[in-house]
Amino acid sequence: MSLLNDLINLDLSETTEKTIVEYIWIGGSGMDLRSKARTISGPITDPAQLPKWNYDGSSTGQAPGEDSEVILHPQAIFPDPFRRGNHILVICDTYTPAGEPIPTNKRYNAAKTFSHPDVVAEEPWYGIEQEYTLLQKDVKWPLGWPVGGFPGPQGPYYCAIGADKAFGRDIVDAHYKACLYAGINISGINGEVMPGQWEYQVGPSVGISAGDQVWVSRYILERITEIAGVVVSFDPKPIPGDWNGAGAHTNYSTKSMRSDGGYEVIKAAIDKLGLKHKEHIAAYGEGNERRLTGRHETADINTFLWGVANRGASIRVGRDTEKAGKGYFEDRRPASNMDPYVVTSMIAETTILWKP
Amino acid sequence: MALLTDLINLNLSDTTKKVIAEYIWIGGSGMDLRSKAKTLSGPVTDPSKLPKWNYDGSSTGQAPGEDSEVILYPQAIFKDPFRRGNNILVMCDAYTPAGEPIPTNKRHSAAKIFSHPEVAAEEPWYGIEQEYTLLQKDVKWPLGWPQGGYPGPQGPYYCGIGADKAFGRDIVDAHYKACLYAGINISGINGEVMPGQWEFQVGPSVGISAGDELWVARYILERITEIAGVVVSFDPKPIVGDWNGAGAHTNYSTKSTRKEGGFEVIKKLIEKLGHRHKEHIAAYGEGNERRLTGRHETADINTFKWGVADRGASIRVGRDIEKEGKGYFEDRRPASNMDPYVVTSMIAETTILGKQ
Repeated sequence: MSLLNDLINLDLSETTEKTIVEYIWIGGSGMDLRSKARTISGPITDPAQLPKWNYDGSSTGQAPGEDSEVILHPQAIFPDPFRRGNHILVICDTYTPAGEPIPTNKRYNAAKTFSHPDVVAEEPWYGIEQEYTLLQKDVKWPLGWPVGGFPGPQGPYYCAIGADKAFGRDIVDAHYKACLYAGINISGINGEVMPGQWEYQVGPSVGISAGDQVWVSRYILERITEIAGVVVSFDPKPIPGDWNGAGAHTNYSTKSMRSDGGYEVIKAAIDKLGLKHKEHIAAYGEGNERRLTGRHETADINTFLWGVANRGASIRVGRDTEKAGKGYFEDRRPASNMDPYVVTSMIAETTILWKP
Repeated sequence: MALLTDLINLNLSDTTKKVIAEYIWIGGSGMDLRSKAKTLSGPVTDPSKLPKWNYDGSSTGQAPGEDSEVILYPQAIFKDPFRRGNNILVMCDAYTPAGEPIPTNKRHSAAKIFSHPEVAAEEPWYGIEQEYTLLQKDVKWPLGWPQGGYPGPQGPYYCGIGADKAFGRDIVDAHYKACLYAGINISGINGEVMPGQWEFQVGPSVGISAGDELWVARYILERITEIAGVVVSFDPKPIVGDWNGAGAHTNYSTKSTRKEGGFEVIKKLIEKLGHRHKEHIAAYGEGNERRLTGRHETADINTFKWGVADRGASIRVGRDIEKEGKGYFEDRRPASNMDPYVVTSMIAETTILGKQ
């Protein structure tokens, strides 16, 4: 296969100034990532230099066959960790030919929220803890688990090492470096409580870029599992029973929360979130009711409670934030399959713009 | 295998000025590519400086045993992505010793059409979307499909990512860079609707070079699948049933269609194509009747219809073309196994020379 790798890894910079641009978008289910590539002349440093493109929306459940074009608007570029050189990835959002965002385009409204002057003034930061489960291809059973059976109970696996405790680290480590190469603000990784489950964190990112970076990091992850011959799942409760679910805890702060006296601002923001608990939960990911049971370090889906250092709460405030009197808090409700555009903008809207 | 790879990748430019030229031609079936290599004394960049050569036509169904020499005329040079250095690929066409093009030589008459002054004046551009299917060696069942069974239905695979949705990306990515290295005007790639099926696009290319570039791109693709131990199929309907076929949609424009008022010219040219529908279909690839059924984003083989953004039409005009009033259109009828010399020259003949 090394001859194939020689070709995949060809450094074209000696022979051509052409750049390969991989356009990425979100498909009709709201979770399926799609991409295709085109050749562009010359190096690209700004998404504004990239042309709009289009794709066959009838093949992704986003348009009818007799009027199938969906338009791609380039929004953010990242160096391509797979093709390297000057080649790039670009995350796009999707529009009708008339210029209207299509229904599955959640970025559009999020961008509007994030450009509201009151939101801009508060400089909202997000740190998202993306959990995910690796599954064996073909049988869709977690990586490292015996087919037709279960591993020993949870306990030894969180942050563990060893062939009997950590399954798939090569994927996780490749992803870490690939994201850093791509310019994504990946802040850490760890093995999770359920064997075969992992987590990485993206942030702190400001406003709309949180969503862009999480989506591109998910793209890079699924491209890496594709190479590894493993399937990645963002299901919030992949295995029923005494096994942890997968979340996307969203850490959040604003300028006011990060300044002196911020702790009071945090408490006020949490109160507002409590008043809109049902609306947020409805937008925090499909299937979350299987995960938010009140067990396995979650709060029950119908309950809103917050607490310092409380992992069984809906919202957790760190001891260091309480002590410093300012900082950030963690919304533990979002599921691993949440849309970061939706969650980040909704938190900003409820805490900054909404007056109860 | 590393020792073998070391030898294959030997960089000879320090030890010798000699150059290896791989002469490529099309065999007796009209779709089988053949090639053999010879050593030249120094680098060559102009095809007219390359010597004519010959091969055993009785071994390719192109000549009788007692008079078996077929002469190769070098027509276009490309950098060799496999041998790299100063080594080259040479696209040739085939003649009798008396200098007559042999019956399977479709390039000769295409070149005549493209050198007709009226055609040359219109500067015909072509963008060809070559679809193909990857098959597991030995069983000839698509790559990634379970043997004796089928994958889940179409939906998730178009531009999809992940080990359960994209099969053979390493071949596709190696091909993209190899073609760019070779100097082929490859403009993009994407995963197709049927799993294991892919597409690359070549263009815009002018006149006869569209055919040369597409044939060499096909050559490079089959050499890469050979390395990967996978079989490539250009059959237009490789799997019967609710699975997409494979086409070679041909995008076309002339000076007149690219100018102001071009949309009206486009409509006239489409009308001319409509009058010769049967003749074109007969030359657009063997077995196309299994593919052009009216379903799976095709128009029925007996029907000629065109439409804006209509993927169920014989000819599709993009929304952006309609909006700008000029541009190009897409002939969706050619099958994946079409001969680009035939299709490109026939479109020019019908639309520019007005052949009826």
